[in-house]
Amino acid sequence: MHDSQTTTVEHEAHNPALLHHFADAQQQKNAASLGMWLFLVTEIMFFGGMFCAYLVYRLAHFNAFAAGSQQLSIWMGATNTAVLIVSSVTVVLAVKAAEAGKRKLLVGYLVVTVLLGMTFLTVKGFEYREKFEKHHVPGPTFKFTDTFDDNGKQIPVNPKEAQLFFSLYFVMTGMHALHMIIGCGLFSVLAVLAWKGHYTPGYFTPIENAGLYWHLVDIIWIYLFPLLYLISRHS
Amino acid sequence: MASIGIPANQAPKTNYLNNGHSLKSWLLTTDHKRIALLYLISVTVFFFLGGFFAMLIRLELLTPQGDLMQADTYNKVFTMHGMIMVFFFLIPVVPAVLGNFLVPLMIGAKDLAFPRINLLSWYLYITAGVLFLHCMLTGGVDTGWTFYTPYSTAGSNTNVVEAGISVFIAGFSSIFTGLNFIVTIHRMRAPGLTWDRLPLFIWANYATSLIMILGTPVIAITVVLVAVERLFHLGIFDPRLGGDPLLFQHLFWFYSHPAVYIMILPSMGVVSELVACFARKRIFGYKFVALSSIAIAVFGFLVWAHHMFVAGISLYAAMIFSFLSFSVGVPSAVKVFNWTATLYKGSISYATPMLYAFGFIGLFTIGGLTGLMLATIGIDVHVTDTYFVVAHFHYVMVGGVLMGYLGGLHFWWPKISGRMYPEGWAKLSALLVFVGFNLTFFPQFILGYVGMPRRYWQYPPEFQVLNVLSTAGASVLAVGYLLPMIYLFWSLRYGPIADANPWNAAGLEWKTTSPPPTFNFDETPVVTWEAYNYDEIPQKELEAPVAR
Amino acid sequence: MSENAEHTSHSQGFYIAIGIGLLVGTATTVGAAFVNLGPFNPIIALLIATIKATLVVLFFMHVKGASEKLTGAVVVSGFFFLAILLTLSLADYLTRSWR
Repeated sequence: MHDSQTTTVEHEAHNPALLHHFADAQQQKNAASLGMWLFLVTEIMFFGGMFCAYLVYRLAHFNAFAAGSQQLSIWMGATNTAVLIVSSVTVVLAVKAAEAGKRKLLVGYLVVTVLLGMTFLTVKGFEYREKFEKHHVPGPTFKFTDTFDDNGKQIPVNPKEAQLFFSLYFVMTGMHALHMIIGCGLFSVLAVLAWKGHYTPGYFTPIENAGLYWHLVDIIWIYLFPLLYLISRHS
Repeated sequence: MASIGIPANQAPKTNYLNNGHSLKSWLLTTDHKRIALLYLISVTVFFFLGGFFAMLIRLELLTPQGDLMQADTYNKVFTMHGMIMVFFFLIPVVPAVLGNFLVPLMIGAKDLAFPRINLLSWYLYITAGVLFLHCMLTGGVDTGWTFYTPYSTAGSNTNVVEAGISVFIAGFSSIFTGLNFIVTIHRMRAPGLTWDRLPLFIWANYATSLIMILGTPVIAITVVLVAVERLFHLGIFDPRLGGDPLLFQHLFWFYSHPAVYIMILPSMGVVSELVACFARKRIFGYKFVALSSIAIAVFGFLVWAHHMFVAGISLYAAMIFSFLSFSVGVPSAVKVFNWTATLYKGSISYATPMLYAFGFIGLFTIGGLTGLMLATIGIDVHVTDTYFVVAHFHYVMVGGVLMGYLGGLHFWWPKISGRMYPEGWAKLSALLVFVGFNLTFFPQFILGYVGMPRRYWQYPPEFQVLNVLSTAGASVLAVGYLLPMIYLFWSLRYGPIADANPWNAAGLEWKTTSPPPTFNFDETPVVTWEAYNYDEIPQKELEAPVAR
Repeated sequence: MSENAEHTSHSQGFYIAIGIGLLVGTATTVGAAFVNLGPFNPIIALLIATIKATLVVLFFMHVKGASEKLTGAVVVSGFFFLAILLTLSLADYLTRSWR
């Protein structure tokens, strides 16, 4: 309620990053931060539509979803989860480095983050290749005969329902991977700008906001991993 | 505070209109007022395009048999009408034109929080619009504006994917507008402008923005899923591939029902401003009207499946959604009652904006009450997919949204253009719109109740009389809409020059010059008063509001 | 508020500790997936996921210790409306007699 009442403008007059329509740098920073959080809410709702579809179909076609889930590589999924968690740590350390004005450290963390993001995407690529080889990609070539679970027990599965699982798998992980690609691009640009010295302890909002985005993409994966890979191992 | 009358006849001052005349100064502007005008032009184009398709529909329905067009063409025509009006006119119209222009002015800010994102919103809107026009010219779509599966994914052989992409892009335009408004209202208010001093138009746009942020992403992913299913034959909604078409309807209406409130809430905000100004009173129950906007936004998310009562949802769910649908009636009624109570013992003047506000209150009430009828399962089963539903939502969207928009456009026209519109012509057009509207849509209530289904190009001959009445009304309505476009355009050059505050109205937007300077205020205002402090503003003759 | 806004940052060791906690959570949830716990398998997996997500939101995204409650309100409202989408959709799917 009182956030817009800061009126001292004098000492801000020479800040090159301050846009004309803001009273001071703090107001600008607060606006950017709230804007980013609202954007993250739209991302939650965007993925929420797919989570809703997943929930509904998992309840409707339980056996098929279990059988489909057991065909995913739990180890690749777990590796990718670990990679993303480490990248979240490097992002938060990058923000800390920016806050402390340590330019080289900041660039270093950003580069490591991008590399970790690319590692994730590479592993994801191998997973997708495996799906092509096993004819688990929905479409005319789709085949699903793997109706035995890990204990050799047969699960009665309608291939069309299993195809639905893989449709959702590809849409959800694909949309997540798209966000990862955007994030990698974002951090690459920020790394270059940081190297050129665009960010100071007084102004590093873009690093913070890109970090928020990256953490949200991480959180979405934290849910995708158990939902797609784990919870149907025993059913 | 004193009424600050800045003389209009001082030396020519730089304002946002004459600050740069090049095309570039308009197309690359980050000034929220110029972007509002860009939106004004573009939504007007889409309005008349959508109106053109509406006229085609009404002409075809003049006679029982299909003589102007056959089923295939008719399906495309009503789809084009619906998609253009919903996605390219009704959703952006009040927030993107009036909201864009007024939100920073009303809260005493220099601009929206993210001016470049605001410009991006307009470009996204234009991109979506151009894509949609391309889709229209290369064959169009025939799914209805609702994209229902499995027809849209497996049946229709029209440009569904392209239309879907354009809706997706338009959705992001809407998301960015909403995001910008929320951040601006939180972060950019003038000193002293606390939440309980905000104009109700701001509250309404805040509530609208909440829906834009929370709802629009869901339809974005839904049309992505439709496009993906159509392109790659993934089975997500197609029952032949194990999917459930009702899931599409759930996801679609999760956005598209609240989208109705995206349309109506800003117009409700406009009406609150108009009623207070032309009754010369503080709005009755300010806090209730403010919070009812938020309540409508929140409750609006709880009612979507009342569009699906006959589609095969469970009876229990239908009963829950029916019950929840009534809850939206409460905050809507709070608004109508409070506007009416504001009029009581008010000093009412009947300028054009107020005529539109009266039109809004009456027509919205009819639209809202028939909405309660449709929320009742028993009646809904009887009239689903008939003209009763068509009449109901046109009462809300045309009788409500458009009346509010036109009222607001006239009210703030002196602020936007610096000129007054011709009052006589404006009153005539307000009358034509009201009469034409009722003549067009009231017969449709009867048609629907006696069983005429929507979306057919032909009908049994006994329905003809009411359809002829409806088509006749549509012609009157068309004249009523063309007139303002002509005389507002005329007034840009020949209208009397407007004072800074021609209506003697409260509100920060009237405390700067007409038209405002580029950064709105020469110095940031400090607010020490409540909204609508009309008892502190000296009376002046309002019947002839023109200065000089 | 302009003076005290940005002191939410923790030490490097703290962030690494949270990161290790998240990795341990991942290992636990993978391990639990191989044990047959019946209906508790999905519950445990989603519980661990929620704990992990909460840690990320609170500490990596600095919602805990943020200078105003608005950020928290934005996050909560996002998940609240997602919950509305899920529960009201399920209100239909779980009560259909013809399925």
